[in-house]
Amino acid sequence: MSNSKNFVVGVFDDEDVLMHAIDEVRGAGVKIHEVYSPYPIHGIDDALGYKRSRLPRAAFMFGITGTTCALTLMIWTMGFDWPMNIGGKHNIPLPDFIPISFELTVLFAAFGMVGTFLTASNLFPWSKPVIFDERITDDKFVMAIDLGKNAKSKEELRQLLSANGASEVNEKEV
Amino acid sequence: MHISSHVRPDLVTGGKTLHDVTEDISRHVESKPNPRWLIAFGLSVLLLGYGLYNVYKTVWFGIGMWGLNKTVGWAWDITNFVWWVGIGHAGTLISAILLLFRQKWRTSINRAAEAMTIFAVLCAASFILEHMGRPWLAYWPLPLPNAFGSLWVNFNSPLVWDVFAISTYLSVSVVFWYIGMIPDLATIRDRATNKISKIVYGSLSFGWTGGAKDWSRYESVSLILAGLSTPLVLSVHTIVSFDFATSVIPGWHTTIFPPYFVAGAIFSGFAMVLTLMLITRAVYKLEDYITLEHIETMNKIIILTGSIVGVAYITEFFIAWYSGVEYEAYAFINRATGPYWWAYWSMMTCNVISPQLLWIRKLRRNIAATFIISIIVNIGMWFERFVIIVTSLHRDYLPSSWAMFFPTSVDVGDYLNSFGLFFTLFFLFAKFLPVINMAEVKGILKSSQKHHEKAYSKKSESAHV
Repeated sequence: MSNSKNFVVGVFDDEDVLMHAIDEVRGAGVKIHEVYSPYPIHGIDDALGYKRSRLPRAAFMFGITGTTCALTLMIWTMGFDWPMNIGGKHNIPLPDFIPISFELTVLFAAFGMVGTFLTASNLFPWSKPVIFDERITDDKFVMAIDLGKNAKSKEELRQLLSANGASEVNEKEV
Repeated sequence: MHISSHVRPDLVTGGKTLHDVTEDISRHVESKPNPRWLIAFGLSVLLLGYGLYNVYKTVWFGIGMWGLNKTVGWAWDITNFVWWVGIGHAGTLISAILLLFRQKWRTSINRAAEAMTIFAVLCAASFILEHMGRPWLAYWPLPLPNAFGSLWVNFNSPLVWDVFAISTYLSVSVVFWYIGMIPDLATIRDRATNKISKIVYGSLSFGWTGGAKDWSRYESVSLILAGLSTPLVLSVHTIVSFDFATSVIPGWHTTIFPPYFVAGAIFSGFAMVLTLMLITRAVYKLEDYITLEHIETMNKIIILTGSIVGVAYITEFFIAWYSGVEYEAYAFINRATGPYWWAYWSMMTCNVISPQLLWIRKLRRNIAATFIISIIVNIGMWFERFVIIVTSLHRDYLPSSWAMFFPTSVDVGDYLNSFGLFFTLFFLFAKFLPVINMAEVKGILKSSQKHHEKAYSKKSESAHV
């Protein structure tokens, strides 16, 4: 298999040890493939140098699309396509349009953002995940390092991880 | 520096490790159904079966099967609808508003509360479909091009707003609930030993790996969904109250309705969460996760919202007199002293007086008392809707058309149907899905225990001195 990649996988028991190890490993000039944890760890984005997610912006764009759709639909149907005299009221009663505009804003923003998230993270029922360790979703914290993307040898990486508190160091071919 | 109050006790007791959390929650999904579950589930399905027979009668013969008459055109159908929608407010409130306020105690109860929300809204929707009389035309309130020369729906109508509000609320709640469950479903996938559950939970968990990038996105999605759901949850019952408030019926035509309905919804929702969580906690032995602190905190919210509801009842009465509108004043006098006085006073006793008992700390921390009060509150909230709907309608402007409402067996059967549906879904949820959000509980475990150690060492130090 020419496409396979080799990973050194460090398993940690504790979130604080892991956070410390991330700093040390990155400090040693090693590129971390990804860090896996059973729950979200506060401040790990900064430690790994990840940029802030742009999902809030996506949500905003989907939200205003929803508002626009709602208002366009209501103004067009009630004001232009089939204007009706309802108790002599204005044909485009904007205050009455607030509830539906709001609901569709929320609906579009929520579905749009969640759709973006699932696509960006490739989360679908048919997705085949790469699981470095089955205990990640239980109680272990895992740091995966791609051998192909680092100059250091396997042995050096193993030593680096053990020295920084990894309780086990494994290898995995993907 | 992290500063935390030393007064606040641990959110999870029993010195649980991360692995214990996984074990305690996943165990119920992985084990064979226990006999008690089978009995409870069987009874729910029987109830649902009896209910569906009544729904069949309602749909086949029409809503003339109900006790409605010319004067009382809305009765149990709308009462039950508003009641269930109200109950369906606690879940999103717990997960959204409490997330924004960083109330970490929500982590143990949000999953089940959200599930309850979804099931309650489905029950509410079932009454709307039955109330339509011809449920196969349920798509008519949607603005679809149609065969009547593109005659559109009337967007001035609060009933149309309600269609949008309830369907948005239901779908956004389902998404919020499911996204929050993906990491836990992955836990169950990774622990699965047999092939079928590996495949089922594998596809349900959407290939979740727990990578830091995914968690970061997950957290920003949760936060924004919470930000969106907070005004959403408040808007839903506001719009339900507009169904009444924008009419010209004395007793309905009041501007106090939106906040009053929202407070009532949270009140009944929390009561229902307590009822269900106390049962789940006992059956699944989750005392370390749903502690007395959780129960007490929820009881405090019940006192707060119960008091708001009480103030609203009194304000409504005062304004009916103060407005000087004869019809409005009559509607309220009639509620308290007319033929439906018993419904009014049941509502007052259950909703205004009973939650005040929770000012007593002992009762707030007593499981039996909490359980009983939570049920009383829900009975009271049902009566509130019944009082608002039926007593405002039954004596209209012409005394010759005054009438009473008497429910038929089909009315009762349709109500039982919603219970059957609710409990069938809840029991399925409790068996096949993790009832507590494991990932979120794991996230608060360490800070909670660290604080425990700190507090402990401080205590022993001072004892030493």
